[in-house]
Amino acid sequence: MDTPVYPAHNYLSNGHGLKSWLLTKDHKRIAMLYLISISIFFFLGGLFAVGIRLELTTPQGDLFQPDTYNKFFTLHGVMMVFFFLIPSVPAVIGNFFIPPMIGAKDLAFPRINLLSWYIYVVGGLFALFAIVAGGVDTGWTFYTPYSSVSSSTNVTATALGVFIAGFSSILTGLNFIVTIHRMRAPGLHWFKLPLFVWAHYATSLIQVLGTPVVAITIVMIFVERAFGFGIFDPQRGGDPVLMQHLFWFYSHPAVYIMILPAMGVISEIISTFSRKRIFGYSFVAFSSLAIAVFGFIVWAHHMFVAGISVYSAMVFSFLSFSVAIPSAVKVFNWAATLHRGSLSFEAPMLYVYGFFGLFLIGGLTGLFLATLGTDIHLHDTYFVVAHFHYIMVGGAIMGYLGGLHFWWPKMIGRMYSEFWSRISAILVFVGFNLTFFPQFMLGYMGMPRRYHMYPPEFQVLNVLSSAGASVLGLGYIIPVIYFLYSIKKGAVAGNNPWGASGLEWRTQSPPLTENFVDVPTDIPEAYEYTPQVVREAKLV
Amino acid sequence: MGGIPLFPEAASAFAGRVDALYIFIVLVSAFFTVAVSVAVIWFAFRYRRRHAEEIGAHIEGSLPLELAWSIIPTIIAMVMFAWGATLYYEMRRPPAEALQVYAVGKQWMWKFQHPSGQREINELHVPLGRPVKVLVTSEDVLHDLYFPAFRTKIDAIPGRYQPLWFTATKPGRYHIFCAEYCGTKHSGMIGTVVVMEPQQYQDWLTGDLNEGTMAERGGRLFGDLACNTCHLDDGQGRGPSLKDIFARPVELTDGTSVLVDESYLRESILNSQSRVVKGFTPLMPTFQGLISEEGLAALIEHIKSLSPQATAPAPTPAAAPSTSTPAAPAQGAGR
Amino acid sequence: MSNPIAHAAAGHGPAGHDFATADGHGHGHHPALQHHFSTMDQQREAGVLGMWVFLLTEVLFFGGLFLTYTIYRTWYYEAFAAASKSITISWGLINTAVLIGSSLTMALGVRAAQTNQRKATVNWLLATIFLGTLFLGIKVIEYADKFEHHHVPGPHFVFASEHEGAEGGAAEHAAPAAAEGGHVMTMGPDELQRTTQLFFSLYFTMTGLHALHMIVGIVILFIVAWMAHKGRFDSEYFAPVEMTGLYWHFVDIVWIFLFPLLYLVERHN
Repeated sequence: MDTPVYPAHNYLSNGHGLKSWLLTKDHKRIAMLYLISISIFFFLGGLFAVGIRLELTTPQGDLFQPDTYNKFFTLHGVMMVFFFLIPSVPAVIGNFFIPPMIGAKDLAFPRINLLSWYIYVVGGLFALFAIVAGGVDTGWTFYTPYSSVSSSTNVTATALGVFIAGFSSILTGLNFIVTIHRMRAPGLHWFKLPLFVWAHYATSLIQVLGTPVVAITIVMIFVERAFGFGIFDPQRGGDPVLMQHLFWFYSHPAVYIMILPAMGVISEIISTFSRKRIFGYSFVAFSSLAIAVFGFIVWAHHMFVAGISVYSAMVFSFLSFSVAIPSAVKVFNWAATLHRGSLSFEAPMLYVYGFFGLFLIGGLTGLFLATLGTDIHLHDTYFVVAHFHYIMVGGAIMGYLGGLHFWWPKMIGRMYSEFWSRISAILVFVGFNLTFFPQFMLGYMGMPRRYHMYPPEFQVLNVLSSAGASVLGLGYIIPVIYFLYSIKKGAVAGNNPWGASGLEWRTQSPPLTENFVDVPTDIPEAYEYTPQVVREAKLV
Repeated sequence: MGGIPLFPEAASAFAGRVDALYIFIVLVSAFFTVAVSVAVIWFAFRYRRRHAEEIGAHIEGSLPLELAWSIIPTIIAMVMFAWGATLYYEMRRPPAEALQVYAVGKQWMWKFQHPSGQREINELHVPLGRPVKVLVTSEDVLHDLYFPAFRTKIDAIPGRYQPLWFTATKPGRYHIFCAEYCGTKHSGMIGTVVVMEPQQYQDWLTGDLNEGTMAERGGRLFGDLACNTCHLDDGQGRGPSLKDIFARPVELTDGTSVLVDESYLRESILNSQSRVVKGFTPLMPTFQGLISEEGLAALIEHIKSLSPQATAPAPTPAAAPSTSTPAAPAQGAGR
Repeated sequence: MSNPIAHAAAGHGPAGHDFATADGHGHGHHPALQHHFSTMDQQREAGVLGMWVFLLTEVLFFGGLFLTYTIYRTWYYEAFAAASKSITISWGLINTAVLIGSSLTMALGVRAAQTNQRKATVNWLLATIFLGTLFLGIKVIEYADKFEHHHVPGPHFVFASEHEGAEGGAAEHAAPAAAEGGHVMTMGPDELQRTTQLFFSLYFTMTGLHALHMIVGIVILFIVAWMAHKGRFDSEYFAPVEMTGLYWHFVDIVWIFLFPLLYLVERHN
């Protein structure tokens, strides 16, 4: 095997200086801008989580003032949901790889792509302003009337930040939809697309259809706070429950904005590291669409104790199970893909195995919350907290980190430390389970979420959870170090270090600004592995 | 299970049924988790890459398998749905003969009112074995009345009543939590539900329940009315420390001073906005109408017991002010 | 917010390695063709699809408001009827006509651009700008009227007085619902005072957001008119005009819904 050479001309070398980055229209550079900005928000949100876990090691609530604690969990939620998880996989990995995966030179609207990053930054600045000005304490859900009349914190600035960042998400989704429809290389029809692209198509549908609804909801909260209007104000006949309906009409599908792209990543990695076509390709592809569609008709399962009628609760419970089926289908198909594969276990694959464990538990615990009889008890307890962290952290972040490890050699052109990446994947998995599994037990014991103090019988499990969080934190910090180190010092990766089959691996690493010298015209089936493909990949 | 608790106390007719459904779903989940985990770990060993150029088998998929793993989970899910929905239907249909209690959430306390007129704060007394229906509402923002031992909860929403019901099956004292985030002291909005034998409950209703000495009863009330959240012993609370305060003069905000005796304590509890101790703001809610005469007496006895040196008969109440007309009628200013 | 026209607006010369598509007319690129598209057709189709997706987003944005309106109007019909009657219908009618007129001028502008009539394009776009501004001017008059009558929700909101309102000519448009046509009002003045605020909250939010969309549209129209003046468009490349047209028609359609919902709640008797 020849030693690969780092290409002299690539998108990173095409222009230097701040201006060449801040005015770039290259989707790959914009993806890197997103990577940097969402990482900042991730670690900021993580800091607030550290505060939360420290406080909860003792029952008395003796470390921070209650108001401080309330701001911590609110800001943790706002940062992580709106400024990290929602943009994470789509805006970084999707942005970078959808065009090369479909043989395009760029997204359909490069300027709008850059604009959406600027919008995100402006939204983020609003949120940061809210922190600097004293924080916000409504919870990331902004429930009225607390958010509109009771809270005296910076709700307006935060809500505006979320509103603005929402348009960034809409524009990203719009760009992907148009790109996937109109920019595919000749001969690349829908059923030759990587499942990553299918997942992003489904995600984009949610982004363009759901986000405007939460945007208008925030506008209505905004006019209540800013102008004294009374749309959800019970004093004037308004209905705070209506606000919850509107909020969850977006925010439940938003969960799928976070998890679907991660599922797309999982499909790519599994196929690559087992050198095998994804089992039941079309079922996995359509299950993404099914999740996106069903995701829109289950929102009221967040409101089973919020005064919806017995019958609507039953309808929404029934529908909520419907979204479990396509998720289960995906998991079974992935597991079946491994059967008779040629499996190797570099860091990306370890993340996939971690994803298996965590997403299974996360998904299955959703059944407890979709089932009416148990949800009444579990609603608004730590069980819910544990469940959605298993999905969003265990599912989405495992997918995101797996994806970063998988495509990092393509993005940077160099390899990171194999040893440390495996260590960190294991630390994340162990730390995560230690942090969040006890919270299921706490939830069934009845500990409500967002509690600053708690009865002493909950302490043992809380201490376990905090201990796990420190392991998890370590697992998140190590990759920063070896990724940064690899940028200058890593071994040159070559075009296709994993022997993967996707179009993005045919170009050099890091790619040219135009992605391809000659756009590929001989489009194979998706995930076609032959001995020849592998041999060529390794040698180029 | 070592010291790790897994189940909260089960003290209502629903609790066992909710637990049974919960265990059913736990078993189903455990089965799928183990099955998939074992499969993928087995594959990891069985099909690990043996040489660099090995590739996986070419397999498109299998329609029978796809159908099987779509349909079987669907059937299991439908069982869960039906089981859960039946239970839920009952949990949301209070029987007509249920005893009715009103609950009002406000930042940050629960106020309960019994039809017979008793009012309680952060404590709810209910009889054993009889359905109790609680109509829940809120005075300000959203709250959620949660009884973990009864496995039930409902949101308190301003402007509407929402019903919740249970039949308590085990005497004892259990948690009441606020489960919907409501601001600063959300986690302090907790209380106790006391399940009593029917006879005891009757006694409680009529007020001649013998629950220890007056000072002991007063001590419990002190906690139940959340007095202890402000009146801390170290003087760092929002209200003055009550330790060793009895039978001593204290300076008031208007510069005068007053001797702390029974009548001043009574006035301070019922008409808390007047004659506030210097250095404190009139934050304390008035308890007029919220505490029975018996309870008041017990509370005063408790406060007296905090001043052991002064347990000798109080000094002449000569200096004690005759309750100067309740000038500041309870306006709820500091509430 | 932004829409694809901003992006589609300025072109690059052909750069990089174009690849041929099935219908590739590879010869002599149009100056407006961007480097990552192969053909003008591909570029135009992408723009149109993007615009429609954007409008779909807008539909859901306003949809949240329409849903809220529908629910409250069902719950508090009398309050909505009474509050709606306090709005001057004639301004709304004039504005409806103005906006429909502006849609016509917009459509004519697109047609002119499509047929290479530079001067006409600019003129029709300017006419659209004029009508849009006229609409906003009338809206300002209406808002001022609401402020004068304390119909802005909040601490200074007063509604009930108009129904007692015998005194003075101040209540010239009040014509109380209860007094007219034997319709019996079941809502008391206190309830009306409370719940009519929901109507006016929605009135200001809906018309306010609509006006905001108009302002954005007018700004875009200025840019496009200027581009047209500079001769940037021809029959092969007029996407910015077409996109602006789509957006403008959408904003019109929103008004076509707003007008009956807000002005005509109980005008039939």
